[in-house]
Amino acid sequence: MSRVWRSYRLRAERQRRLVRAIRKRGELRLVADRTALIGKGDILCVATLRNEQVRLPYFLSYYRNLGIDHFLLIDNDSNDGSRDYLADQADVSLWSTPKSYKRANFGTDWVNGLLRKHAHGHWALVVDIDEFLIYPFCDTRPLGALADWLEASSVRSFGAMLIDMYPKGRIDAVPYRPGQDPFEIACWFDSGNYVIEKNPKYRNLWVQGGPRMRMFFADDPMRAPALNKIPLVKWNRRYAYVSSTHMLLPRGLNLVYEEWGGEKTSGCLLHAKFLNTFSEKAAEELTRRQHYADSHEYRAYHDRLKESPDLWCKWSEKYINWRQLEILGLMSKGNWA
Amino acid sequence: MSTDDRSLGVVLLVHTALERAGQVAHHWARNGCPVVIHVDRRVPRESCQAFMRAFADYPAVRFSRRLRCEWGRWSIVRATQIASELMLASFPDVRHVFLASGSCLPLRPIDDLRTYLGERPETNFIESASTEDVPWTVGGLDKERFTLRFPFSWKRQRRLFDGYVKLQRRIGYCRTIPEGILPHMGSQWWCLTRQTLSAILESPRRKEYDRYFRRVWIPDESYFQTLARIHSRNIESRSLTLTKFDYQGKPHVFYDDHLQLLRRSDCFVARKIWPKADRLYQTFLRKSSGSRRTGEPDTNKIDRIFSDAVARRTRGRPGLYMHSRFPNEGWENGLTCAPYSVFEGFGDLFQNFEAWLSRITGIRVHGHLFAPDEAEFEGGQSVYCGGLSSHPATRDRNPGQFLASLIWNMRGERQAFQYGPDDTPEIGWFMAKDPNAQISVISGAWAVSLFHSNLDFSTIRKIAALRQKAEAAHLEILRSPHTKARVRIWTMAEFMETPMDNLQMLIDEMLPRSSLRFSEAPRLASLSGFGKFLQNLKNHGMHPYLVGNFPPDNAFPGHPWPAGRPYLVK
Repeated sequence: MSRVWRSYRLRAERQRRLVRAIRKRGELRLVADRTALIGKGDILCVATLRNEQVRLPYFLSYYRNLGIDHFLLIDNDSNDGSRDYLADQADVSLWSTPKSYKRANFGTDWVNGLLRKHAHGHWALVVDIDEFLIYPFCDTRPLGALADWLEASSVRSFGAMLIDMYPKGRIDAVPYRPGQDPFEIACWFDSGNYVIEKNPKYRNLWVQGGPRMRMFFADDPMRAPALNKIPLVKWNRRYAYVSSTHMLLPRGLNLVYEEWGGEKTSGCLLHAKFLNTFSEKAAEELTRRQHYADSHEYRAYHDRLKESPDLWCKWSEKYINWRQLEILGLMSKGNWA
Repeated sequence: MSTDDRSLGVVLLVHTALERAGQVAHHWARNGCPVVIHVDRRVPRESCQAFMRAFADYPAVRFSRRLRCEWGRWSIVRATQIASELMLASFPDVRHVFLASGSCLPLRPIDDLRTYLGERPETNFIESASTEDVPWTVGGLDKERFTLRFPFSWKRQRRLFDGYVKLQRRIGYCRTIPEGILPHMGSQWWCLTRQTLSAILESPRRKEYDRYFRRVWIPDESYFQTLARIHSRNIESRSLTLTKFDYQGKPHVFYDDHLQLLRRSDCFVARKIWPKADRLYQTFLRKSSGSRRTGEPDTNKIDRIFSDAVARRTRGRPGLYMHSRFPNEGWENGLTCAPYSVFEGFGDLFQNFEAWLSRITGIRVHGHLFAPDEAEFEGGQSVYCGGLSSHPATRDRNPGQFLASLIWNMRGERQAFQYGPDDTPEIGWFMAKDPNAQISVISGAWAVSLFHSNLDFSTIRKIAALRQKAEAAHLEILRSPHTKARVRIWTMAEFMETPMDNLQMLIDEMLPRSSLRFSEAPRLASLSGFGKFLQNLKNHGMHPYLVGNFPPDNAFPGHPWPAGRPYLVK
């Protein structure tokens, strides 16, 4: 009986989130509508952003290269020209909103709304502007190959772990130029200090670790940010992200890991957060308080970064390619060969 | 051989990626093969007509009556039958009929294949294994696919399908297999001689066979495979089409990056090719395909790659915990990835144990990794390989994963560390269950460091009681029947009887291949007065029983160890 009750509760929660998503869609003002260009079988990318002008050129070119056909972007009140830049892109549909990011469940409601309206039946990739998807064979096979293969394997969702990348030395030592590959600067990462726990309610894994836990949350690791993400989903209008892209409902979509000894195919999201742009962002977030848990994460960074802004240590690993991440055990080919 | 040699006919089953299928069909036809194409009924009429128009100039390309085909069901066999009949009737020169799909790609020049078949005019290439002997199917339905009925679609009516199978099993239903038939199974893609194929299609008992196979599960893998056995003795049980199946029974897909692999395989035809693998199609469908080879197909390398992939998916890498491999308890297939050693009490009994051990063995020796105030990594580092933090809170977030990460990060190099009753107790079970752990315990040795400490006796007594309790609980775990680690437990008194032999034995076990005899012994802590110290504890009601029977006057029978001086073994 409790199983039935729980699944009833989760269904109710999913419906509540969908209703929210529809309601919150009213907060979005259409800036550039090119959704008519979306063709059958196109792979879509959905993202929310605020003042990311400097990052946009590389972001768009990276994902176009990977095989994204259309971008659905939400601009949360940028004032650095991001909006005009994006409105001019031929494969971007843009919405904008001045409303609170926090009150839209950290943007999740907006994203759910767009996904529900435009992504039904498509593979959809939901990322932040500073997250870059790496998957097995991504240097030789486009995203479409992965999507086709997942679909043929009756897999609906694809997991990727967030890997925080950082430079050697002060994070503001080398300025990032528009269009530049951020991993020319932030090319280091932690290869083996992650902890994993199962979330019984949604059945997703909760992964923590990396330089942020090592440097900012060593004495209180439970508060370290979650690194588990499920960014690529064959979307259905009945699905909903619950919190960021960490988990979804229905919760079967969260089973992107194997429990009986094997490995499922998975990828990584390289996180280009720690560039010179970071300190500014952290300072701004302190006053805006629009991020998760009252931006405690940003407060922790702000305090620590003042003293010793080097995330690098002698055990840091330098990024080469996906095969390296595969060998290190940070992602897996599974049975895709 | 010229292109007007029409001895090889191709039956092509097409249902998706029409453009690619068309290219392949052109390729076959251009190279002198009569082609009969079956286009699935589900393909919309307009696209099908456009597809057919492209072959208007090819008299040797025919289209057979279209059926709606569904995977795993009779319709595929039926479509093959119809197309084969058309092939045999319209092209009397054809001697071998090759069954291929739209996503099959010829890898070698068609002339090669024709020559190969010309040299073996009577041979039928069809993979055909008796279900009695080869249990290679996925999902358990191997013999049962011939003895149960399967009227429901697995794709569309999964519940009915499963339910009906269950029901038949429960009531013990069993179909009678037509007489003279011995069920065989194998790859759907075959190449049969006209003689065999026509014998199957014109058999007087065909109606009976068809009626039977109509309700067999996945008949395209068994109809021709079984009947060919009846009508021909000359069967080479392998497919000329390279197909690899994964653990779900789904064919592996080839991409552009497989180009060299496919080229070197010398296979005639491969499937499945990803429709957008432009480079593969460009390369293999080029008009003049150079020198002719006569080699036999060699699929070893491809086989290995795909069987590795299946093993990765089903068994994974032992000792790895990550976001797409998080085994339930008991399914880890190795809690850690490599052997490691745990020493308990050695650091108390010997003054320089860690330095000594790393000097003579050359392995990584850590201090107390699970010490209460810090993970004592080798060399006192505050961050270790992989970015592991020495912070106790971070480590104790999940001690088991901390240890598994350490072993994983340092794979290739053996690790050793100290453990004691003050350390995080939760790791005890993890190590005990791990067959990779070599755990050696000198119980009660913690008393030595207390003996040397400069604390009040009442404090010492309190600490001793706590440590003894913790160690007793730990030893209970190590002695449990669930323990899989290699455990050795001595009381301190036992160990002291032959200390060098015991150390030598441990080191031999750690480094089995090196016949290392160490010439230098670790320095023993001074034990003069230790017996009295123990007696004193007892007198205060705290019996340090884990130390063993240590004589109160310190007179150790056969104790060869002059305290404080190194002991040499010759």
